[in-house]
Amino acid sequence: MDDLLRGFGREQKDLTQILHKVQAEYGYIPAQAVRRIAEHLNTTENEVYGVLTFYKAFRLQPRGKHLVTVCQGTSCHVRGGAGVFDEMKKELGVEPGGTTPDRMFTLDTVNCLGCCAIGPTVVINGTYYSRVSVEDVHSIIAEYRKRK
Amino acid sequence: MLTHPSQLTAWKARILEERSVPKKTVVVSNGTCGRASGSLGIIEALDRELDRRGLRDTVGMQVTGCHGFCELEPNIVIYPEGIYYGRLKPEDIPSIIEKTILKNKVVEPLVYADSKTGRRYALQKEIPFYRKQTRLLTEDNLRIDPDRIEDYILADGYQALAKVLFDMTAEEVIREIDSAGLRGRGGAGFPTGKKWQFCRNEVADRRYIICNADEGNPGTYMDRSILVANPHSVIEGMIIGAYAIGTAEAYIYVRMEAPQAVRQVTIARDQARKHGLLGKSILGSEFHFDIQIVEGAGAYVCGEETSLMASIEGRRAVSRQRPPFPAQSGLWGYPTNINNVETWANVPLIIRRGAEWYSQIGTPKSKGTKIFSLVGKIRHGGQVEVPMGIKLREIIYDIGGGIKDGKQFKAVQTGGPAGGFLPAEFLDLAIDYDNLVQAGSTMGSGGMIVMDETTCMVDLARHYMHFTQEESCGKCVPCRVGTRQMHDILVRITRGEGKEEDLARLEELGDSIRVASLCGLGQSAPNPVLSTLRHFRQEYVEHIKQRKCPAGVCKELVSLPSPKAPPTGRKTKKRQHD
Repeated sequence: MDDLLRGFGREQKDLTQILHKVQAEYGYIPAQAVRRIAEHLNTTENEVYGVLTFYKAFRLQPRGKHLVTVCQGTSCHVRGGAGVFDEMKKELGVEPGGTTPDRMFTLDTVNCLGCCAIGPTVVINGTYYSRVSVEDVHSIIAEYRKRK
Repeated sequence: MLTHPSQLTAWKARILEERSVPKKTVVVSNGTCGRASGSLGIIEALDRELDRRGLRDTVGMQVTGCHGFCELEPNIVIYPEGIYYGRLKPEDIPSIIEKTILKNKVVEPLVYADSKTGRRYALQKEIPFYRKQTRLLTEDNLRIDPDRIEDYILADGYQALAKVLFDMTAEEVIREIDSAGLRGRGGAGFPTGKKWQFCRNEVADRRYIICNADEGNPGTYMDRSILVANPHSVIEGMIIGAYAIGTAEAYIYVRMEAPQAVRQVTIARDQARKHGLLGKSILGSEFHFDIQIVEGAGAYVCGEETSLMASIEGRRAVSRQRPPFPAQSGLWGYPTNINNVETWANVPLIIRRGAEWYSQIGTPKSKGTKIFSLVGKIRHGGQVEVPMGIKLREIIYDIGGGIKDGKQFKAVQTGGPAGGFLPAEFLDLAIDYDNLVQAGSTMGSGGMIVMDETTCMVDLARHYMHFTQEESCGKCVPCRVGTRQMHDILVRITRGEGKEEDLARLEELGDSIRVASLCGLGQSAPNPVLSTLRHFRQEYVEHIKQRKCPAGVCKELVSLPSPKAPPTGRKTKKRQHD
C-alpha cells in the first residue's frame, strides 16, 4: 500500500484515481486500504466510503476469478440482451453483483459498452463477445470452466 | 520538440519523405467493435501471411480505429483501390493476399453484397452505407493509426493550432467558431462560440476547460470512436479552445467503460507533450497549456456537467443547481468551459477550412455534420456521419439499409434516456436540433436506436426507467423517488398487473419529475415514458386491458390464454440474425 500511495498526491481529487489503482491491484477495496487512503488524504474513512460506494466501479468484496459483464444497454436490450442476461444468471446461478460459491465467476452488468451495432455483448475479463445469443451462453462459460 | 510553427511543416515533409509508399496498403479497422468481432485475429493472420510470403517491404499494414460500419466488423480496406472486405475470418486472409495483393483481383465471395438488392460493391466508397455520408470528422479514421502522431501530422494535424497561435487573436478564434454556427454536440446544442465567450468574460485568475467524454447514453458510442480513432483531433481542438478562452489547465473525463479510449487519448496526450504541442511555450509561442486525463468510475450522472466536476474534484458525483453556470463558477469554483468530444473535434476543422465553408453545411440553425450511432434493429448498424438536415428516412433506409430480417419499422429512439421516440410519421423529418425538439425528442449526443414490431414499447419504457432510477444520484427527491415510482408502475404493467388509472398516474408523475428535478438527468428521465405514451398509448392499453403484449416480449403476458389462468410456458426469445 505504501508504495502504491507514494505515486499519488494528497488532495481530494486524487481519491478516485487511488481507488482505481487499489482495485486494479487487489481486485477490490479492502477495509484496511480504506483506512490507509483516509490517512494519506488526511480525511475520514467515512469520506472514502462515501465516495467509493457512490461509484459502480468499486467493490468492497473480492471478486471471482472471472468477471462476466453483461451489457444492459438499450441496443443490446432490443436485440435480445434481456434473454442473454437471464440465461447468464441461470448458468452461473447468481444475481448481478454476486460471485459463485467456488469463487470462479462474478456476474456484473453494465449500462452500455458502446459496441451497440454488434450486440448483445458480453465481456469476460476484458474479452468481448459479440452477437451473443441465449444458446451461446453455456458454451462461452464452459470454456472458462475448463480453464479453471 | 517543436519550437517554431515552421517546424510543423518541416516535420510533415520529413515524414512524407521517410515513409516508403508501398504498392498496396491493408487498412485494418481495430476499434472496440472490431476487436470484439475478431480484428486481432485478422491482424495476426495478415502478419503471418505477409511474413510467410516475404511481402513485408512491398505491402503496408495500417491498424486504425473504427471505420464506422460496425455491423461488418472485422473489416479491411485495401489501397490504393479502396477494396473493401467485411465480416472476415482469419482463414480468408491467404486468398486475399494471393488474389488482391499479388494479382490485383477481387476475391468475389468476400465482396460486400447488399442482401436486399443483391448488388455487389467491391469498393468501400461505393457501398451505400458510406456513399450517402458526409464524413468530415471520420474520414481520416481510415488513414490514422492512433498510436502514431505522425499519421495525424500527415493529415494536416496541428496546422489549425499553428494558425491560431500565430495569426489569430483569442477574440478572432471565438468569432470564427461563433460564425461557423457550431453548437454543442453533447445534446443541448448551445452555441459553442457563445459559451467560450462567457467563460472568457469572467474575471478570474484561473480558468479550466473540460472535455466531457463520459458518454453514457446506452446505444451511443460516437465519442469513444473519435477518441479511439483520432484522439489528436480532440486534443488540438482543446488547445485552440484554451487559447481562445485564456486558460492553462484542462481535464478530459473519460468513462471507464471505454478502456480503449482511455488508452488512446493518454498515448496521444503524452505524444503531444513530447513534441511541444502541450506544455510550456507551445510551438515556441507564449502560450502554456496542459491536459490531465481522469478516468470515470461508472456513474452515468457524471455526464451532467455539475456532477462531472464534482467527480473530477474527487467527491460523490452529485449534481447541483444551476445557476451559477460552470462558466461563472465551475471546477473548484473557477470559471470552467465544458464541451463534448465531438464538439472539440469540430474545432480544428473549422479553423483549417474556415467558418464560411463550415456554415454552408447543414440547416440555417444547425451547422456542420453530426455523427450518429445507428443501432438496434437496423440492417447496417454503425457510426454514420451526416450533414444536419438530412431526413430520418435517408439515414435509416439509404444508409442503414432499412430494418433487419424483413421486419417493419416501428420507431426510432433518439437522444438516449433523455430523448423520445419517433414513429413512422416522422420519417421525413429533417434532422437538426430544433426539429427534433419540436417532434418531441432531442438530438442528444447522437444515439439512434431503431425498433421493429418485435420491440415492446412498454418494456422499453420500463428498461429506461430502470436505467434512470439506478443512475439517479439520489440528491433530489423527484428524481430519486419519482423515477422509482414510475418504474414500479411499469413493471406491474409488463407483468399484466396494470390498472387503468396507471397511465394518468405515469403522466402526472412524469410531469412533476420533469419540473421539479435538480439536473438534466431527472428533468429528462420521464421522457421515454411520456413519449411512448404519446405515440404508442394503445400498446399500454392492450397490456392493461387485454393483458396482452402485442410484440411478444413481456414474458408474463405472451403465453396467457386468459387473464386468470396461470402461465403455461415460457416463450424463449428467438435468436435475432443480422
